[in-house]
Amino acid sequence: MIRPARNHPAWWAFLVHRLSGVALALFLPAHFLVLGTALEGGARLERFLRWTDQPGVVAGEWGLVILLAAHLAGGLRLLALEFLPWRDWQKTLAALAAGFALLAGLAFALAR
Amino acid sequence: MSPRRAELLLWAVQRATAVLLAFFVLVHLATMIYAVHAGLSAAAILARTHSSLLWPAFYGFFAVAAATHGAIGLRTVAAEWLHWRGRGADIGMAAIGLVLAAAGLRAVAAVSF
Repeated sequence: MIRPARNHPAWWAFLVHRLSGVALALFLPAHFLVLGTALEGGARLERFLRWTDQPGVVAGEWGLVILLAAHLAGGLRLLALEFLPWRDWQKTLAALAAGFALLAGLAFALAR
Repeated sequence: MSPRRAELLLWAVQRATAVLLAFFVLVHLATMIYAVHAGLSAAAILARTHSSLLWPAFYGFFAVAAATHGAIGLRTVAAEWLHWRGRGADIGMAAIGLVLAAAGLRAVAAVSF
């Protein structure tokens, strides 16, 4: 059960920022390893890219794009809170962060 | 360097890389959406990254900034959620950062040259 003290937008924004950051840090080595396969020529990278055409993998990519956009927006929110005198704007910034993440994910999904 | 000064330096590096990454990630997101819309293929990726030295420069700085930012971030998470602090955590963070940066630069070299 979520404690009442934590059930507010700023805490959720913190949690999303932290979890998306950890997830992206875990994904990064795999991303680099896959791109590194191009050292052996484009054929192996091409085979991997065709593997990513599967619906389940595309859904995973969509999730990663949302995580990246959410971490970016949450990071911008944090920078604004730390370096700009905007304390009262926390809720607005959190809402903008969520909106941006959703928009980026949607754009990716539509493009794919 | 005193522990307090080291913490301050890590905090500043985390924020500085965050500002750089905000720009890098926006460009990366836009490029990704354009790339998948145009049809994702190894040939298309390699044609783009071979087209200008600006791409390897961009992705090289991006990879090093992401590795640095990620390692410092994981150190904070390890301290706050796992209570893993001190020299072991610092060495772990440095190792993660170096391995990530090396893997990132290898990937940039692989798709650029």
